[in-house]
Amino acid sequence: MYSDKVMEHFRNPHNYGKMENPDGVGRVGNPQCGDEMVIYIKVENDVIVDVKFETFGCVAAIASSSITTDLIKGKTIDEALKITNKDVVNQLGGLPAIKTHCSVLAEDGIKAAIDDYLKKKKEKEQN
Amino acid sequence: MKKKFIYLDNNATTKVDDRVVSEMQRYFTEVYGNPSSLYDLGQEARKAIENARERVAKILNCNPSEIYFTGSGTESDNLAIKGVARRYQKKGKHIITSAIEHHAVLHTVEYLGKKEGFEYSLVKVNNDGIVDLDHLKSLIRDDTTLISIMYANNETGAIQPIEEIGKIAKERGIYFHTDAVQAAGKLSLDVKKLNVDMMSLSGHKFHAPKGVGILYKRNGINPIPLFHGGHHEKNLRPSTENVPYIMGIAKALEIAYDEFEEHKEKIYKLKMMLKEGIEKNIEGIVLNTPENSVFNTLNYSFKGIEGESILFSLNDFGIGVSTGSACTSGSLEPSHVIMAMGRDHAICHSSIRFSLSKYNTEDEIRYTIEKLKEVIDRIRRISPYKQ
Repeated sequence: MYSDKVMEHFRNPHNYGKMENPDGVGRVGNPQCGDEMVIYIKVENDVIVDVKFETFGCVAAIASSSITTDLIKGKTIDEALKITNKDVVNQLGGLPAIKTHCSVLAEDGIKAAIDDYLKKKKEKEQN
Repeated sequence: MKKKFIYLDNNATTKVDDRVVSEMQRYFTEVYGNPSSLYDLGQEARKAIENARERVAKILNCNPSEIYFTGSGTESDNLAIKGVARRYQKKGKHIITSAIEHHAVLHTVEYLGKKEGFEYSLVKVNNDGIVDLDHLKSLIRDDTTLISIMYANNETGAIQPIEEIGKIAKERGIYFHTDAVQAAGKLSLDVKKLNVDMMSLSGHKFHAPKGVGILYKRNGINPIPLFHGGHHEKNLRPSTENVPYIMGIAKALEIAYDEFEEHKEKIYKLKMMLKEGIEKNIEGIVLNTPENSVFNTLNYSFKGIEGESILFSLNDFGIGVSTGSACTSGSLEPSHVIMAMGRDHAICHSSIRFSLSKYNTEDEIRYTIEKLKEVIDRIRRISPYKQ
């Protein structure tokens, strides 16, 4: 039911684990719904220099998280904000229709992490 | 050489016993007559299926005239529930079933509710997943005509108090049907002792092939048939009798009860071995199978991880299990069975069912425990909930 690419990322996910002192954290979904994703980013000069994730979820949720970290690593904030769930699905070589929400969660995760980063940045500038 | 797959999903379906396959063989190519045909080839087939009926009746402790062969467990459930509800609707249009039934029962009752003006009530279960008899009694109304409660639950293995429910139903003059699909080969099917009016069985859960089921129906009850056609199965189930499969299901049921004690002892020992192995080696678990359960089923939730990711990781090691997680079923709600037991949503999404058979070995269980621990540790490292 899953593409080889999905299984590859599920078996050996990239960039997983907690990040110490991240510049932005996005927490989306919740275990009540069956999946929760946490995306951590480190940003230097508006470029995402490091990214990590932690995910409670199915094969598709873990694979979506993993590929998403690959997609945004090294990208500017503006570039990262342009990434959509369709990009996630395409990079994974497709997802079963009932699993589309996992890719949406990944897109939401990036946006939430960037939002958090921008909010913190603003607070810092104001202080 | 490809390694043997370790099959621990026997509540989903089972391997057909070689002896069952051999038994069926000649009814495809030698005794292929239509049992309704009057010449010898037909009458030999007739004799064979009537003999099969007698052998099934012996195990169920009923009259052979009370055994009907169907196409599946789902069909037997539909025939019993729709058939009786429709036949006796002048007496009343209220049905009682439980919150943990298989969809073959639950969706059938819901259909009658939505499309044919029936009302239904769902009996609650306790934390062990066993139906609450006091609640059941409180749901009975003057217009209740049918109670349908499963014998053993497919996900948790919990055994339901069928005898007591049968007694309650009898006292109130209500028909009682039990879906015994997960009990066949694991518990006594003595319909007199169990106080049941109707009972559904499915061949492929006890080493017969898919596509054949049994309905026990006490004489004197007259469900309206689902199909209309010839006079087969005394008009209750028109369709040319599926002779090889009927021979197969009878043979499989016979093997299951002839060798009952032997399999029970072996499988229960494997279940206990798996249980000890999991509880000794893995933290953060919730047992979803009560003490009073069928001897082959064990269900756990592994906190902090989602069931489907466990399933696919075990598959990579050649181990087959199932999950109550919503992610596999295509619906957003996780297992209605574990939910009905009052467990948290996240716990329901994390449930894994191991269901064993006579074909499993101690080596397989040892290997499963070892790989399960690896898998759980790996996925927890990815999860925000580490335990």
